[in-house]
Amino acid sequence: MSKTKTTFSGISPSEFFYRNRDLAGFSNPAKALYTATRELVENSLDACESSQILPNIYVRMTPIVEHLHESEPRTYLLKVSDNGPGIDPSQAPNAFGRVFYGSKYKLRQARGMFGMGGTMAVLYGQITTSKPVIIHTSIDGKKFYKFTLRIDIQNNEPVVINKEIIDGNGSTGTTVELLLTGDSFRASAKVHDYFLESALVTPYADITFLDAQGKIFYYPRSTKTLPKRSEETQPHPHGFDFEGMRRLIHETDDKTLRKLLVNNFHRVGPTTAVNFFKFANLEYNSNPSDLSYEDIVTMVDAMHKYDSFLPPDSHCLSPLGREILNAGIMNELSPEFSTIAIRPPSAYSGFPFIVEVGLAYGGKVAHGGVKLYRYANRIPLLYDEGSDIAWQVVKDLVIDKKKAYKIPDNAPLALITHVCSTKIPFKTAGKEFLADRPEIERELKNAVREALRKLRLHLSRKSSQEAVKRRRDIYSKYLPLIAEFSKDLSGKKTLPNFQPMLKTYLDELEGDN
Amino acid sequence: MAKLKKQIKSNKHKNDLKENKIQIKLKLKELGEKIYSDLNSQKFPTIHFPSRSVRNIVYDKQTKQYILGSNTVSRTASNIKHIRPFTQLTWLAFFANELMSNKKSSTLRDVYYSSQAFAVDYDDQSQSDSIITDLESVISTARERLNIYPEERSAIFGDLDIEYTVPGYEGNRLNLSSHPDGYLIGPSLSTADFVDTSAEMIIAIEKGGLFNRFVEEKVHSKYKAIIIDTAGQAPRATRYMLKRLNKELNLPVYIMTDGDVYGEHIAMVIVSGSAGAAHLRDLTVPSAKWLGIWASDIAKYKLPTIPMTEMDLKRVSELKRDPRYQKGVWNKELDVFMKIKAKCELEAFSKYGLTTIVDKYLPEKLEQAKSM
Repeated sequence: MSKTKTTFSGISPSEFFYRNRDLAGFSNPAKALYTATRELVENSLDACESSQILPNIYVRMTPIVEHLHESEPRTYLLKVSDNGPGIDPSQAPNAFGRVFYGSKYKLRQARGMFGMGGTMAVLYGQITTSKPVIIHTSIDGKKFYKFTLRIDIQNNEPVVINKEIIDGNGSTGTTVELLLTGDSFRASAKVHDYFLESALVTPYADITFLDAQGKIFYYPRSTKTLPKRSEETQPHPHGFDFEGMRRLIHETDDKTLRKLLVNNFHRVGPTTAVNFFKFANLEYNSNPSDLSYEDIVTMVDAMHKYDSFLPPDSHCLSPLGREILNAGIMNELSPEFSTIAIRPPSAYSGFPFIVEVGLAYGGKVAHGGVKLYRYANRIPLLYDEGSDIAWQVVKDLVIDKKKAYKIPDNAPLALITHVCSTKIPFKTAGKEFLADRPEIERELKNAVREALRKLRLHLSRKSSQEAVKRRRDIYSKYLPLIAEFSKDLSGKKTLPNFQPMLKTYLDELEGDN
Repeated sequence: MAKLKKQIKSNKHKNDLKENKIQIKLKLKELGEKIYSDLNSQKFPTIHFPSRSVRNIVYDKQTKQYILGSNTVSRTASNIKHIRPFTQLTWLAFFANELMSNKKSSTLRDVYYSSQAFAVDYDDQSQSDSIITDLESVISTARERLNIYPEERSAIFGDLDIEYTVPGYEGNRLNLSSHPDGYLIGPSLSTADFVDTSAEMIIAIEKGGLFNRFVEEKVHSKYKAIIIDTAGQAPRATRYMLKRLNKELNLPVYIMTDGDVYGEHIAMVIVSGSAGAAHLRDLTVPSAKWLGIWASDIAKYKLPTIPMTEMDLKRVSELKRDPRYQKGVWNKELDVFMKIKAKCELEAFSKYGLTTIVDKYLPEKLEQAKSM
């Protein structure tokens, strides 16, 4: 065990990420520019939402070049400002200048798992430009702290180069100014998609984006409802792994296994704990620190197998909800018809999750079959659509069973799938698509079916209304023409008296409808 | 003497045309009155006419042509799917009536565009053409009698004096051998009176090139013939013209086509009409004779050939099942085509000199035709 520890301490977390930056989405200048933008924006949104502040986010991407036509990749100044709660000045250097490793134990739904994305962006900027990052932050609106700092990669520590205190303007918030090598020509499409798709699920945010060409994209706020704040929760025994348990035992002050389970796990009471240790064949009064390596393996295995734990509850989840999803759809897609299906909370491997599906049809929704917008914990997923379980579900139900739901060819149809969970089952480290967990697939299917049934109802109502209108139009147009031509053909002087029958016919049509 | 006799016949024809026109106008008016009175009595107007579906096209042994059976279809304004075609048909009847009253003529394409002035819309010209065929069925009258003509035109040449009846030319006369390229068989010629002729036969020929050759070689004077270029499958105006020449001037009609299955069918349509015009009469010349090129002539005259394609052979099998092809030369020649699997064109005679077809083939075949 001590051997394992030595191996880890030989390389700092910062260095580890530096060597593995591909994993975190910084594999090339285009992707890095997109990922850095996205990580900083998501930090800002998370900060605002956790303090129940309606977010105002401002993003600017400015090329820093000596010659106007300098080719890509080139240096960019990325600036992201928010009106969030700010960061305590004593914590600010650590928040951006140290990669936290494994410190997060409790679970709650947030966009980022460990708050690491922002630090990765800083690290990448420092590696590519050798320039420090500048952070402005204020927690009271009275004083703004301006830090100029860089990361000591070997020791995983922030190095504050300069610290200034400036008079505030009355509002709290944080601004990050970062120099990095990027390629906005190649990143542009993804970055714009990202802002559009973010706006779709954050109608409560006011987002302004000034892109590298100097064009402004403004996504105004359309609702003042914020999503319910997610609560912190302890992990559920079903979803806990060996490494977590090893570390928990190492850190805990609990003297018995029973206390360890009751104090650190979700919905486990003393009785459940006792019953569980009987099941696991372990003595519930033994001291956790006495457990052997094999005992820990036995315990974690048993935790996964024991089926009398209470299911996880969903207080720790923060779904978008009907109002927000609808406001986003109306704002960004302006459809003729929309519907929202929200499934009750469910769980996979001990992690609670909720599936929400929005459907938009007609109006300004583009024709061309179905457009899928995928989200996980409110993050738009822009890559690898074909591998995502949400796409499989949509393909099965919308494309292959199109007739059953009366969806016309080339339909103007958009679907939004949102999965929120304390742990999103991403298939790869790139965090771009969901693995095919059967529980999640089932809930996605149910939600998409529910939305499609409502669409079918809408379409059939619409088509019967259209049929009546078409009949009306046809008879109102052609019957008078027949009357006129028959008058001329038969050589009569006046039109035949067809008006009463036309009126009767049209009245009956209205009645039928 | 012969000339005088024909002149009397043509006067009779003149009366026929006038009588006919009155009849047609009456039919159109009756149609209008029926619709008018339906509407007046709060009924959705309905009309019935013979069905032109394939199942209702039957072969009539008596007249040796395809006719429509007893099935009828109805078109009623109470049906949402019918009301637009019903309106189009009513409009067309009105429009045809106007054409006849004003002595104007119109092409199929003109009709299509004219509809737009009356807010009667067609999806395309083929829809308009199909409504014209409906009206033909309703009043059992060919569109040409309603002064509506297709674009396709064929030509006529020979010693025939005609007198125009179209407005502005009434009484004007013309001899149809005055212009060596021939005259278009259009609305004015179709409705002209035949005044005088020295011709003793009509030769209808499939191709413009051979038509010119015949004029150059003076077939019209050597054989006392009126020559007609059918330009492929003979248009209705041309078939109507052949019918009139045959009936009013009592002249035999001979047909020359390429030596292939399509040529044989061109001749057949002149003799016994087409399935597409099964709702119409007066377009056939049952006594007309197909001179050739027969399949058996290919070997007999040692003509250069072209191999038949799959499509050609398929067409032969189709015609073998057609009731009109069950007897005589029609049947026999199909069998020969099937056997030799080769075809030839009229121009093939040029191998033996440009005039061979006129000097040798034509007289031999005319002689042979006498015994048919």
